[in-house]
Amino acid sequence: MASSASGQVALPGWIELALLPVFNVGIALLVAGVVVRAIGLDPLQVFGLLVEGAFGSRAGVSYTLYYATTFVFTGLAVAVAWHAGLFNIGGEGQATMGGLGAALVGLGLGSQLPAALLLPLMVLSAMLFGLAWAAVPGALQAWRGSHVVITTIMFNFLAAALIVYLLVGVLKDPAGMAPESRALGAAAQVPGMHQLLGVLGLDWPQTPLNATALLALAALAGVHVFLWHTRGGYALRATGLAPQAALYGGIAPRRQVLVAMGLAGALAGLVGINEVAGVHHRLLQDFAAGAGFAGIAVSLIGRNHPAGIAAAALLFGALHQGGAELVFEVPGFSREMVLTLQGLIVLFAGAMATVATPLFLRLHALARRAGRSRGAP
Amino acid sequence: MSAAPAVRLEGIDKHFGAVHANRSVDLSVAPGSVHGIVGENGAGKSTLMAILYGLHVADRGRILIDGTERRIRSPRDAIAAGIGMVHQHFMLVDTLSALDNVMLGAEPAWRLGPARERVRRRLGELMRQTGLRVRLDLAVEQLPLGERQRLEILKALARGARILILDEPTAVLTPQEAADLFASLRALKAGGTTILLISHKLREIVALCDTVTVMRAGAVVHEGPIADTSIDGLAQAMVGRRVELGRVAPQPAAGACLLRASRLAWRDALGVPRLDEVSLSLHAGEIVGIAGVTGNGQSELLDALSGLLEPQSGTLELAGESFVPGRWLTPRRARELRLAHVPEDRHRRGLVLPFAAWESAALGYQWLRRYRNGPFTDGAAMRGDTAAMMQRFDVRPPEPLRRSSAFSGGNQQKLVLARELTHEPRVLLVGQPTRGVDIGAIEFIHGRLRALRDAGGAVLVVSSELDEVLALADRVLVMSGGRLAGERRVEDCSELVLGRLMGGAGKHGPTPHGAGR
Repeated sequence: MASSASGQVALPGWIELALLPVFNVGIALLVAGVVVRAIGLDPLQVFGLLVEGAFGSRAGVSYTLYYATTFVFTGLAVAVAWHAGLFNIGGEGQATMGGLGAALVGLGLGSQLPAALLLPLMVLSAMLFGLAWAAVPGALQAWRGSHVVITTIMFNFLAAALIVYLLVGVLKDPAGMAPESRALGAAAQVPGMHQLLGVLGLDWPQTPLNATALLALAALAGVHVFLWHTRGGYALRATGLAPQAALYGGIAPRRQVLVAMGLAGALAGLVGINEVAGVHHRLLQDFAAGAGFAGIAVSLIGRNHPAGIAAAALLFGALHQGGAELVFEVPGFSREMVLTLQGLIVLFAGAMATVATPLFLRLHALARRAGRSRGAP
Repeated sequence: MSAAPAVRLEGIDKHFGAVHANRSVDLSVAPGSVHGIVGENGAGKSTLMAILYGLHVADRGRILIDGTERRIRSPRDAIAAGIGMVHQHFMLVDTLSALDNVMLGAEPAWRLGPARERVRRRLGELMRQTGLRVRLDLAVEQLPLGERQRLEILKALARGARILILDEPTAVLTPQEAADLFASLRALKAGGTTILLISHKLREIVALCDTVTVMRAGAVVHEGPIADTSIDGLAQAMVGRRVELGRVAPQPAAGACLLRASRLAWRDALGVPRLDEVSLSLHAGEIVGIAGVTGNGQSELLDALSGLLEPQSGTLELAGESFVPGRWLTPRRARELRLAHVPEDRHRRGLVLPFAAWESAALGYQWLRRYRNGPFTDGAAMRGDTAAMMQRFDVRPPEPLRRSSAFSGGNQQKLVLARELTHEPRVLLVGQPTRGVDIGAIEFIHGRLRALRDAGGAVLVVSSELDEVLALADRVLVMSGGRLAGERRVEDCSELVLGRLMGGAGKHGPTPHGAGR
């Protein structure tokens, strides 16, 4: 799939999937370095602090992983739809609705059920809300021909409006002034990683990183198994690559559109667990904070493959965390600079990911020719 | 006359990875002659022509045009050397007018209007000289395929081509269009143009060419004047053994009725009847052929019988079940009832091109119990089956992990056929069984279809090649304008009779190209 842009001749997998993305990120960092230099800062020092902030301490690593968890869900939400030939831009709205789903169960049943029952119910509800929110655009595309790119964007706005309406109305915490719900009870809070590790006798600083990260790992593995080792995944990919062939093979493309969008929405909905039930412990306005859109970049850079998405989510998590540290530590380094850096990575490793392919093809051919002539007598 | 050859290739050698596509090939074509290049799929003829046109660069060897050595490293170099190429798949922009397609790539940056008029005059002149007629102001998508091809030739000539390479030019043409094309090629030749013709169809080569080169496995195995050889001789040189393409005695007794369609009717979105009261039945132990000019309802008939298209009226009986509109056969149900379908368009339908071969080889059968492992698909079983299919149907290279798109057309077709025959169908629908397939594989594919018939299966063959229908079928139906225009036992068929029926000389008016015009 990814190699189609490089024409008939294909690069070996390790260059295509490992070396090339690393090279692209390197170019992005190089250009970012020039920008940093231009505003009068030392690029090496800045990048050093960035890495230090993201990976230099247990707390830093935890924050990085917490951000990465959210990006894994939204990245997978884009990738699953992509494999069915759909461009899901609605991760933001689906994540928002996932949060609503989690909060409604957590608030409504929080005092009646133990955590062991309540949390799975909240996860289920978050996924169902995301699924339903994505299934509507899916159905509209499948049976009415309304393009999901348009409808999912519209559904993002609808979700945002709905949440505001609920948070200033029925769901508003009567004790507070802010548009947010009352806090979730203890049973409705996903345990933090420090608590889990504490049970194992490990001392870990308290950070937003919570057990949802394990759910993200499961989601990565689950999506991989589904796409490449089940009939459902086979049908979904066949539909995305060749709808006519899928039809011929007894696969109903319309149903696949619905399945793919529903699955994507359910994955995005899990952001609600990480943010609402894992960190904020209440429903907030705009808790997804653009993660749905970052998911598009994560999926693009990760070549729509779970392993790539894991790596890209980690990269974005590190940028988020390291960037936040930088803004804090370096005077003159603003949040906009972090966004610039992110933008450059999206540009070079996402949008222009295949620009360097001909160069690598030539190098590869040269290397092989050299190898052959050395091998000859 | 001792003029230097228009084209001379010396010792052309080309590797693609481990594949040795051309083995020091020599070729010489006299100016103003038509030279045929024949060979099986993968024999290296397309590679050789791609090298001459600058699409590939040879590892070794020289190219001489009119006696002078030329360095051709891109199509731009080739055009500068007076070489033009018409590809099997046209390189035209569908939404631009024919005239603009000729302009494209050679248009000035400024003042398009006068340049357009210059090109129009030039094309008018060329059309008069060659008899290649094209409506210049229509968008390409509105032109029939034959006219698009004429446009491609004119485009090459307008760029100054004196040497014309044609790759399988008749693959998409109706017999009439092909005849027109040949007339034009003869006119071009008379005007001094040198023509290189790649074709599978030996009959065309013999009819049109002055000299011929036969390639096998990357090397030239025969070269000489056409007068010194015959169709059989060429076929033998191509394959390296004797080929039997003629008729095998027809099966006399047809058995029980396996499929019966009654009065199928389907109108397209524009209300044009594409299937008009079509009734037919298929019996055990017979091959039924459907002849007709492409676009007269054959594709729609295949789709309706295989469950891909639900007609607006009519009934279908298959394996004791009856289907009516609203409750029509689905592709999945069709396979469960052991009806297999080799689609006309293997690229769009028959295979998922980006899939690995083993994934494509399960298409349509992915639900089978043997491909399941609990909730998961059994990849090992699929790959094992694919390897077995590849071995039995001689798919080359026999690598189940290879991408479906990386196989040649003939091998893709063999893979699709292998898949559809593996699960023991009782009814097989085949569209264009050998389109773009080389002669050795044609013999093989025909053999497989006959074997299924002899084993008691019913086969329906739709082909635009009259020869093929006559060689395979026990009973021939002719379609014209969405109707069955006639039915004949094959013994009672002559090309003349069928040709009349195909042209709509039956009861109803012809619409050879439907409403597209």
